[in-house]
Amino acid sequence: MILDDFLVRAVFAGIGVSFASAPLGCFVVWHRMVYFGDATAHAAILGVVLSLALSVSIFAGTLVTALLMALSISIMRQKTFALDTILGVIAHSSLAVGLVAASFVGGIRVDLRGFLFGDILAVSKSDLTIIWIGALCVIALILWRWSPLLISTVSSDLAHTSGVSERREKLILTLALAVTVAVGIKVVGVLMIGALLVIPAASARCFARTPEFMAILAVIIGTIGTLGGIRFSFDFDTPTGPTIVCALAVIFVVSNFVRVISKTA
Amino acid sequence: MSTLTVTSLIETKGLSLRLNGEIVLRDIDFRIKSGEIITIVGPNGAGKSSLLRVLIGAVTPTTGKVYRKPRLRLGYVPQKLEIDQTLPLTVLRFLKLPVWQRRSVLDEALISTDIAGLADRQMSELSGGQFQRVLLARAILEKPQILLLDEAAQGLDQNSEVAFYKKIEELRRDLQCAVLMVSHDLRVVMSASDRVICLNKHICCEGSPEVISSNIEWQKMFGTIGSGALALYRHDHSKNNKQALTSVQ
Repeated sequence: MILDDFLVRAVFAGIGVSFASAPLGCFVVWHRMVYFGDATAHAAILGVVLSLALSVSIFAGTLVTALLMALSISIMRQKTFALDTILGVIAHSSLAVGLVAASFVGGIRVDLRGFLFGDILAVSKSDLTIIWIGALCVIALILWRWSPLLISTVSSDLAHTSGVSERREKLILTLALAVTVAVGIKVVGVLMIGALLVIPAASARCFARTPEFMAILAVIIGTIGTLGGIRFSFDFDTPTGPTIVCALAVIFVVSNFVRVISKTA
Repeated sequence: MSTLTVTSLIETKGLSLRLNGEIVLRDIDFRIKSGEIITIVGPNGAGKSSLLRVLIGAVTPTTGKVYRKPRLRLGYVPQKLEIDQTLPLTVLRFLKLPVWQRRSVLDEALISTDIAGLADRQMSELSGGQFQRVLLARAILEKPQILLLDEAAQGLDQNSEVAFYKKIEELRRDLQCAVLMVSHDLRVVMSASDRVICLNKHICCEGSPEVISSNIEWQKMFGTIGSGALALYRHDHSKNNKQALTSVQ
């Protein structure tokens, strides 16, 4: 089988993003930060528009916006509203502001579809480089902080008695999340980057007995889903980003099915 | 002004804490020496857990200072811990957080807390009593100089509670560590403490169990405890520790 060049690039882009998003997604799931991840991702569309308006790199623009949004949400955690209310307000507002702002960016008609739903088949060589640099940074960060991250996931007080600062670890997660969002936009878009974080981790949970195994399995599942999605979308001419998410959803359903059956058997 | 008294493990001077504008703790002068057993009692919302969290460094006091002995090894057993269902975690893996330990060391800790059979179980499958013992096993892994227990036996039935505190007595003897426990339960207060501190945002009174139970502040807060109860729970450290807490009921 002869793979076209753009398809090879798409495959490598998908693998790169899965490698970063799957282990990070485990922490997102454990910390119940799923909605937090979504809000950060939705805010990134504002970053896309700003980068286009200021003609700076879209990666840099989304990274900065996602990071600022994530940090401001962390700071705004206060008692007046429940966190999910704040996130709901911010996620949708920033998405809306981004879409409205896009109409003010004169001259170029911005094709936001690609940023909302991803455009993995249009990944360029420089995109691929950025994706892999970002992904490797996230992986390195998670590997380096694995134990402290894990203990602060379990309990902030136990973390403190072991000399681990929960705030620092949360900051590291936030940073990793912003980078992942920025590199994931090209692949599945801001609306569905959350799926790439959550679904592999949630599927892996069905089979894992230790956190390490869950993270590794999530990477494998994320990669399989991404490759399967690209393949299907190529064969049947469906939009690639959503097809990847569909493939992951199928894996999730099958995983749960297998778990239920193996429990009753 | 690091005037830490030589034998103190942790010491606070004029410590106050505000959370969301509300005074949680004020003017706390506290110290615990090595080997000492101190119980902090007080009604709900008295700031007991907050004080403990300040002492372990999880919360920074609003004013005042906390001195910890350099390289102090802390063992902390929280009130309860909710581990999210989505986090797969075996008992062994939990004990190795965040410091990797040899299997033999882990087994030793499990044996000394009577839960050797639980090594490969998932944390989420444990009963309340088993869970607290795993927390205790983790706390003693690093050979703590001070063991801090935040109502660690709350939620256990009476027999398990008695057994749990007996275990702590035993561990204290082996480890030669200080114990600081928080309780709202008077029976526990009177059992093994060298000193009882009565806390209600500030330190109302403190002293030996006998002194404290006849204190007026104390009686205002808790009412009088029958002298019979006191006799039951008091025991002599220097003698046979085995009787500690066995007579509770």
